[in-house]
This record gives sequence, C-alpha cells and structure tokens, in this order.
Amino acid sequence: MTDSSSTDRPTGTFTVKRGLAEMLRGGVIMDVVDAEQAKVAEDAGAVAVMALERVPSDIRRDGGVARMSDPAMIEGIKAAVTVPVMAKARIGHFAEAQVLAALGVDFIDESEVLTPADEAHHIDKWAYGVPFVCGATNLGEALRRISEGAAMIRSKGEAGTGNIVEAVRHLRSILGDIRKITEADSAELYGWAKELVAPIGLVQEIATTGRLPVPLFCAGGIATPADASLVMQLGAEAVFVGSGIFKSSNPSLMARAVVEATAHYTDAELVAKVSTGLGDAMPGQEIGTLDVHLADRGW
Amino acid sequence: MSIGVLALQGGVREHASAFADLGEPVTEVRRPDDLDGLTGLVVPGGESTTLSLLLGSAGLAGPLAEALDAGLPAFGTCAGMILLATTVLDGRDDQLNFGVIDLTIRRNGYGRQVASFEGTVDVPVLGDEPLPAVFIRAPVVEAAGPGVEVLATLPGEGGAPDRPVVCRQGTVLVASFHPELTADRRLQRLFVEMMKEERR
Repeated sequence: MTDSSSTDRPTGTFTVKRGLAEMLRGGVIMDVVDAEQAKVAEDAGAVAVMALERVPSDIRRDGGVARMSDPAMIEGIKAAVTVPVMAKARIGHFAEAQVLAALGVDFIDESEVLTPADEAHHIDKWAYGVPFVCGATNLGEALRRISEGAAMIRSKGEAGTGNIVEAVRHLRSILGDIRKITEADSAELYGWAKELVAPIGLVQEIATTGRLPVPLFCAGGIATPADASLVMQLGAEAVFVGSGIFKSSNPSLMARAVVEATAHYTDAELVAKVSTGLGDAMPGQEIGTLDVHLADRGW
Repeated sequence: MSIGVLALQGGVREHASAFADLGEPVTEVRRPDDLDGLTGLVVPGGESTTLSLLLGSAGLAGPLAEALDAGLPAFGTCAGMILLATTVLDGRDDQLNFGVIDLTIRRNGYGRQVASFEGTVDVPVLGDEPLPAVFIRAPVVEAAGPGVEVLATLPGEGGAPDRPVVCRQGTVLVASFHPELTADRRLQRLFVEMMKEERR
C-alpha cells in the first residue's frame, strides 16, 4: 500500500529547520564547554546544549578574539549527549559555519558573543541545511536575520553579565513593536518596513499573525529561575542560559531549577520552591561598567 | 469532548491550533488535576528526556500512567510517540515511557538534524491523498507488536527496511513525524473519531 509514498524527501527545508526550533520551545538551552558539563546539562533536563570554548563571562574577562570551538570538543559533546547540540560561528564567518555544518551540529548560532568576522554582512543562512539562530536587540534586526534565513531568533541581552536588564529591554522592544504592527493599517506597514529597515513581506506577515515567523527565544543575562520566569512571562518561548549555570555555586541544582521555572513559568509557588537553597548565582555586572557591549555587534 | 495537550515542553501551540481548526478546543496539562475530565490527551513533540524529567517532577507520571492504563485515548507525535511506547532504544536509562502501545522505538533513529526531512506518506485509512509529513530528528519504529495496527509505512531507502510511521493500538494513535506542523488535519480528525468511539 505504500508504493506511491513519496521518495522525494528533501532535507534542510525551512519547515524542517524551523520545526526543530519549534520543538525546543518551553525548554532551556545551556552553554557547555566540555562533555562533562554537557552531561550535567542533559541530566538536569536541558533541551539542547551549546558547545563553546569559554562561557561568555570568561570571554568577557579574557578579552582577545573569540572564535568557533575546536571540532574535537564539539565531537566529544555530540558523543556525550542525546539532545541536540548547537555551536557558535562568528558573525559573517561563513567558513566557520561550513565547518560546523560539516561536523553535523544540529543548530548554528551566528553569535555576537564571538568576535565578528565581517562588519557589514551576516552569513547567508539560506545556503545551509543546518538551521541557524541569530541574536536581535530589536524587531528590525530580527527581521533582517530572518530574511537571511535564520530559523530562530533569540533576544541578545548582554551575555556574560548575569544581568537581565538588557534581555528585558530587547524582548520588550521586539514584542512591543509586534503589538503595534498588529494595530497598524496597510499603508502604515510600509512606514514600519522603512523604519525597521526590514522586508515589507515580513512586516505584513507579522501584522496578520501577531508574532515572528520563527520562534523567539531569550538569551543574555539569565542567572536565576526567576529570571527565566520573567522573560517567559514577557513572551520569550524558551531560554538560553550561558554563564548562569556553570558560574553558579551549584551548577547541577541551578540547571534543574531553571528548567523547572521555564516549564512552569507562571507558577510562582513552584518558582519559589525551586529557587530555595540554590547557593550563589553567578556574579553579576552593572551594564554601565562594561568595556564591551556584545549586543552592539550585528548589523 | 475535552482534549488536553501535555504542555510541559515542545510543540504545544501547533497541536492546540490544529485541534482548534477542527472546532475542538484543547486545554493545557501541566499538573495532575489538569487530567480531570479529559476525554483524550495529546503528547507533543519535544525532547523526550526533558519531558520525562518534567513529568516526574510535576507529579504527572503516576496519575498519567493510571489514566492511560484505564484507557484514556492518547495521540503522540515524535517524542510523544516515544513516551507512549513500550520499549525505547538509544534513550537514557532513566527515561520514562508509559508502554501503552507495543512498539520498539529507536530515538533519533533517522539521524541528527541534518538528516531531518519532509515528504508525504500514504495513510490508506485517511483516503487516497498522501499526508504531508515533517520528520525532525525523528524516532524509528524498529518493531511493532501483534496488537498494533500499522496505518502507514515509510519505504526504506538505500537498502534500509520499510518503517511504520503511523500506528494505532486500541485508543492510542502515534506518528513518527509532526502532522501538527502542516495544514492537513485528517490525522487529528481520526483521533477525534477514536475518542468519540471510546465514549460510546
């Protein structure tokens, strides 16, 4: 009975790429620097891990040029866990992205946490079968990344600070403008496209659906279960936690607590319970004291 | 009719809107008392290891197992199929599965994301028109027990064996792929009919 079933089975279509992003919703994606941390993350219920050489707070401390991770480290992490493995390429560094695609990672993060390789262009993400996630500080930036083929957007926040204020600013900016666009008339949408420096087709789509055409996750500054609950209530669909897990005093406990708080983000009693006795969260930094603002990278 | 969607993690919204298209609103299930009065449960795609942990910590594992054993109709896609199956290969040792459909499933059996694909599958009980099917890090059905009705099979490529991709046993319906990601609603309609029959 199956003779006429299609044998045409395209991989890497936008539906397939966005589909993985959709299946990660409600979950926590954790930065890990080795196989051991990856196991801790998976044990705690991470929906995916992000393989990188140094967590953002260390990149911030060490300075210098931050690049794609060693393939051996990525392979080690892939072998250690069953959940999807993501890895970061520098903004505009399409050769790093090609290497990550060749390694078979499940998602590529074209990330401002690494040192940009191109000061004018992002990677043409349509050219890849692997899905990409990109950061955005506002709706225009998000739509430009989607027009380049990103299958997921994450609000940037300010990575490595343990300070949620920038993530909140970026989420409110993106979601606030989406709400305004749903109220705009058809003529005003052209004004929005011009103001956002974004394709009119995507602006019109948002006016109809009231949301981005791809999932919107939150990154940059999440350090506690309550931070996760906050950004989920603001409208993020999942969270990335970088330094917040492995720079806390009890990573395993913190990871599990953030997973619970993300899944049950409206249940304050539960968030209170999982926030109890976690030890110290990662040390935080005031945004005003920073030398480098990672969120300013990207165009 | 009162359909619940397990809403701990994963593709919850798509399932909700798929059933809404059929005029069947759904409620979200996050806690044991959300199971009260349900006529059917949808178990969405997501990460089965994460879902397994969250089912335990939410206190849902026990009550849900009881409800399923008592005949609560269930519709599982991708990770949802893994959770409903009897035997899971390549999972974590501590991974939970409810064992209400007699299938041996290999997690991520079609490969990593780079191997994820879309296509169509013939589902004869749904008519002649093939069903669009999106497979994302999809689980492979390695074996189906004698009580399982295989409703659709994906022909193997390059010497690989044919694999069941839509299966039914009693009031449990599962798919390896994500019917909620495409616009065809026939599989959801079949589940609604299964629930109606169960109530008769």
